[in-house]
Amino acid sequence: MKRQFIEITVGLFVVTGLVALLFLSFRVSNLNSDSVSDPYQVNARFDNIGSLKVRAPVTMAGVRIGRVNEIRLDSSSYQAQVIMDISGDYNKLPIDSSASINTQGLLGEQFVSLEPGGQQKYLKEGDRIRLTQSAVVLENLIGQLLFSNSTEGTKK
Amino acid sequence: MISGVRRVGVYSLSVLAATGRACILLIQMLGSIPSSVRRYELFVEQLFRVGVLTLPIIIVAALFVGMVLALQGYNTLVDFGAESSLGLLVALSLTRELGPVLAGLLFAGRAGAALTAEIGLMKATEQLAGMEMMAVDPVRRVLLPRFLAGMISVPILAALFTAVGILGGYLLGVNVLGVDQGVYWSVMQEGVDFQQDVLNGLIKSLVFGALISLLAVFMGYDARPTPAGVGTATTLTVVLSSLLVLAMDFSLTSMMF
Repeated sequence: MKRQFIEITVGLFVVTGLVALLFLSFRVSNLNSDSVSDPYQVNARFDNIGSLKVRAPVTMAGVRIGRVNEIRLDSSSYQAQVIMDISGDYNKLPIDSSASINTQGLLGEQFVSLEPGGQQKYLKEGDRIRLTQSAVVLENLIGQLLFSNSTEGTKK
Repeated sequence: MISGVRRVGVYSLSVLAATGRACILLIQMLGSIPSSVRRYELFVEQLFRVGVLTLPIIIVAALFVGMVLALQGYNTLVDFGAESSLGLLVALSLTRELGPVLAGLLFAGRAGAALTAEIGLMKATEQLAGMEMMAVDPVRRVLLPRFLAGMISVPILAALFTAVGILGGYLLGVNVLGVDQGVYWSVMQEGVDFQQDVLNGLIKSLVFGALISLLAVFMGYDARPTPAGVGTATTLTVVLSSLLVLAMDFSLTSMMF
């Protein structure tokens, strides 16, 4: 009887531990939503990526359709080359779509936003998105604002 | 002057020798795993005493730690209008640091001390010597099941601690402080990475488990066979394993993140 009780509680102990681990994997961390299903890779070159990071979301119309897989400097053009995994569910993105780097909120994380183009040909594995817009660097923006204000001031 | 220096030397040498004996004991125990697979019920019994009986304190502590984290984090975050990140704050601190470390500390106090006292008393009453007389290897029969049970228990307890802590943070953050419940989870899922955070936390707790169990078992086995000796060994187990857990946590964190 005692022996049985011990074995049952130990079994329960191990099972609850596994349940806790599953909870941590699927509910707390992004194990399920993380993997982009059946992805294909496209790349884009930006003059400046700001603080875009690997694994940042790739969105179209605000819906997440993929993730940034790799970022490196293209040593011939000195541009940043961003390689993105796009989910296979979204395999009908026009080939002339444009990519821009936006910021979530004023100071939030940066992500890649795709704008659909109008062509009937679609992006496929290894294609390059040609129309890109760099990240808006807040410091530069403030600098420009100050500069334009001061030149206006001298005009008057 | 010279005698002071000498005392430092003697002390250092004794620490070094004890470390060496602990390593030899570890190797002995690992070596006797294959031949003790058949006596797995000894291991199950220890898993009950070391793991299952530590469960209540872990769950209660985790609940309170999660709630305190939520309360404290909310007060800080609300100044920046970032109270929606509460879930991320609670989950990251628990998975990376607090879960493994606090589970380890509680385990050292609740189970490590008991292991040392038990084994030390067995030695003081010459039960271990008696076993050897009967050609029963005390390392295999007494130490190994306790060591393995402790090593397995700590990761399970740490995972439970983290999960319950996050639920505690949810309870307070969503029901009392008014953070949106969907935001609580979605911010968490966005920010917590499985490999980087959950898996590394698990590795940490496995290291802590092995460390505390080895220390507890060794201190008992190595204790002077007197009442005072057993008492000293029990104290040392708790003090040393707490310090080692914190020090290891620092070095593991600086390596992992």
